[in-house]
Amino acid sequence: MAQILKKAGTSPAEAIPPQPSYRRPWWSATAAAVLTLVLGGSVLGVQLESTGITTTVRLMGMETWGWLLAAALAVFLHQLIRPQVEDWRARTRKPSRFTLPKIFSGQKRQLWIMLAIGALLIFPFMSNRSAVDLATLTLIYIMLGLGLNVVVGLAGLLDLGYVGFYAVGAYTYALLNSYLGFSFWEALPLAGLMTALFGYLLGFPVLRLRGDYLAIVTLGFGEIIRILLNNWTELTGGPNGIARIPKPTFFDLEFTRKAQEGNVPFHEYFGIAYDPSYKIIYLYLLALILVLITLFVIYRLLRMPIGRAWEALREDDIACRSLGMNPTGIKLSAFTIGASFAGFAGAFFAARQGFISPESFTFIESAIILAIVVLGGMGSQLGVILAAIAMTLLPELAREFNEYRMLLFGLMMVLMMVWRPQGLVPLKRPHMELDRG
Amino acid sequence: MADALRNADNSDMSSTTQARLAGEAPLLNVRDLAMQFGGLKAVDGVALKVHPGEVVSVIGPNGAGKTTVFNCISGFYQPTGGEVYFEDKPMHRLPGFKIAQAGMVRTFQNVRLFKEMTVVENLLVAQHMHAERNLLRGLFKTPGYRRSEKALMQQAGDWLERVGLLEFANREAGNLAYGQQRRLEIARCMVARPKLLMLDEPAAGLNPNETRDLDDLIVSLTRDEGISVLLIEHDMSLVMGISDHIYVVNQGQPLADGTPDEIRHNDAVIKAYLGEE
Repeated sequence: MAQILKKAGTSPAEAIPPQPSYRRPWWSATAAAVLTLVLGGSVLGVQLESTGITTTVRLMGMETWGWLLAAALAVFLHQLIRPQVEDWRARTRKPSRFTLPKIFSGQKRQLWIMLAIGALLIFPFMSNRSAVDLATLTLIYIMLGLGLNVVVGLAGLLDLGYVGFYAVGAYTYALLNSYLGFSFWEALPLAGLMTALFGYLLGFPVLRLRGDYLAIVTLGFGEIIRILLNNWTELTGGPNGIARIPKPTFFDLEFTRKAQEGNVPFHEYFGIAYDPSYKIIYLYLLALILVLITLFVIYRLLRMPIGRAWEALREDDIACRSLGMNPTGIKLSAFTIGASFAGFAGAFFAARQGFISPESFTFIESAIILAIVVLGGMGSQLGVILAAIAMTLLPELAREFNEYRMLLFGLMMVLMMVWRPQGLVPLKRPHMELDRG
Repeated sequence: MADALRNADNSDMSSTTQARLAGEAPLLNVRDLAMQFGGLKAVDGVALKVHPGEVVSVIGPNGAGKTTVFNCISGFYQPTGGEVYFEDKPMHRLPGFKIAQAGMVRTFQNVRLFKEMTVVENLLVAQHMHAERNLLRGLFKTPGYRRSEKALMQQAGDWLERVGLLEFANREAGNLAYGQQRRLEIARCMVARPKLLMLDEPAAGLNPNETRDLDDLIVSLTRDEGISVLLIEHDMSLVMGISDHIYVVNQGQPLADGTPDEIRHNDAVIKAYLGEE
C-alpha cells in the first residue's frame, strides 16, 4: 500500500520547480519601463485643465518628462540586471529545502498585479463622477469584507454584528471631530484602535460560545451598538445623527471651494480651477490605498504564525490546545484585528458621507458584508474582492428592480449555496516550494 | 530499525530502566488521580510514574478509564482529585495548552489533524509556541522573523522526511491515507518539541505492517530524541514489545503495574481481560 502511494506521488526531485527563465530579460525590462512611463506620465506628466465645462489635457514641461524618462531608464536597467543579481544571491545564500512562496510568484502574476493597480489608479481620471463614487463605495465594502473574512473565513467565528464595529469606527471619527476638532488623519488611527478595543471587549464574553450561539450574541452586539447610538441623544445626536463631518484633507489642503479660516483649498494652492470632482477622485484614491494596505496586511497575516493559528482554530480547537496554543488569545486576536479594519472603513465612510446616523448601521449591512464573504469564498481574498464588486454593482445596474432587490439577493444566495457552496473563488492553500540546494 | 525492534523485544526481561531502579525523580508523577462525572467514578486512585527516556504504557479493557486518565493528565479534564507533577511542577488545575507548553504533548484516539490545511501547514502550526509571533516583526519580515520561519520550515521538512511524508507535503491532510494521518499526527507532536509524548491508541486501525512501522518510530523517538512516551494501546504485541513499564487499569482503578513480563503473568490482569471463570 505504502509503495503504491509512493509511486503515485511525485518524488521530491521531480517536484523542484524550474528556475525562473532568463530567456527574455529584454522584453520584460522594456515592458516595465513602458509601464513606468505610462503610469508616471498619466499621473505626473499631464495636467487636467478645465476651462468652463470642458476639460483639456495639457502636457507638463520638459523637466518633468526628463525626470520621468530617467525613472523609466532606471526601471529598465534594474529589470535587466535583476535575474543576474537574484541568481548571485541565490548562490551565495544557504540553501533551505522549503521556502514560503513569495508575494509575487512568477513575473506574469507580478505584471498582472501591477497592471491592475495601474488601471485602478488611472480609472478615476477616465471616468465620470458617479462611477468613481460607486467605485469608492465598492472599495469600502471590499475593506469590510476583508476584515470580516478574518473573523468568519479564517478563524471560523460566525459574526453577525460586524456592522457594530463599522459604526464604532464611523462614530469615533465623527465624535472626535465634532467635540474635540480632530482631523480625519488624526482620528483614523484612533478609530482603528477604538474598534479594536470594542472587538476585544466583545471577544471576552463570547469566547466560550461557538456556531449558532456565537452568531446570536454577535447579532445582539450589533443591535446594542445601534440602539445605544440611537438613544444616547446628548452625545450622538440620536436619530438625527452627526452632520458636517469634514472630508479628508490632502496634506492639510481642503477640497472645498472656500477653505476654512487660515487654510488654503487644494485648487488655489496648485493654481488650478475649482472642480468638485477632485474631491471625489481624492476620496477614491484614498479608499484604494486603504484597501491595498488592508490586502497587504491580511496577506501577510495569513502567512504568519497568527494566521495559521486562526485557521487551525477553525479546523480543530482541541488539537490546537494539545499543541500549546491558547485558543482564548487566538480568538481574541481574530476579533480584535478583524474589527479594526471595520474601524478604518467606518472612519472613512463617515468622512466620505459627511453625515452619519444609526440608520446607516442596521443589521442588513452586516448581512451584506457576510454575504460578500460567503459569496466570495470563505478565507479567499480575491473572492471577497469579486463578491464585493458584484454586491455593490448589481443593485446599481438593476435599479429598475429596486423593490425586488432583496428577492434577487436571496435567490442569488440560494443558487450559490446549491451550485457553488465553496464560493466564487475558494481559498487556495499556499503551495510550499522545494528549493534547489 | 529491525535491530532496534529486536533489542526492544530482548529487553523485556530487564526492561525496568535504570532510572526507575535508582529511584530518580520521575519526569511525570501522577498520584491518586480521581475523576468523577456526577455519580460515576470514571477514574479512582490511579497513580503512575514516567521516568526520562522510558516508554510507559497504560492498558486495560474497554471502558476502563484509560483515555479519561489521559484527558486528566493532559488538562482536557480538570481531575476531581489527585495530583499531577511534571518535572516536579504541579500540572493539575492548569489548562491544556499550558500543560502542552510545559512539554507534554498528546495525540488523540480519533486522529485530530487540521484536515483542510496542507501537511506542511499542520507541522508549521504545531510549532506555534516556538515561532516568532510578534505581529510587527512578521508584517515587516524582519531578519529575525525570516530566520524563525525558515527554522520552522526546516524542522517540518526534517520530520516529514522522517515519517516518510515528504512527497505529500502540499497535500491536504484530510486526503492522506489513514496510516499516513497517524504518522503525521505523531510528527505534528514531535515538531512541538515535547519532553513527554502521550499517544492515545496510536495503532488503532493500522494494519500489521503499519503497526510495525509505528513500533520502530516510537523506539527511535525515545532513542534518538531522548523523549519519554506514555502510551495507551490495545495492541498487546506492540505494548509488550516496546514498554519499559506497564500500568493496568480496570474499571477506573489501578489493577497492577510492572514490567511487560510481570504483567503477562499477572493473574489479576488475565482475569480482568478474560473474565472471572
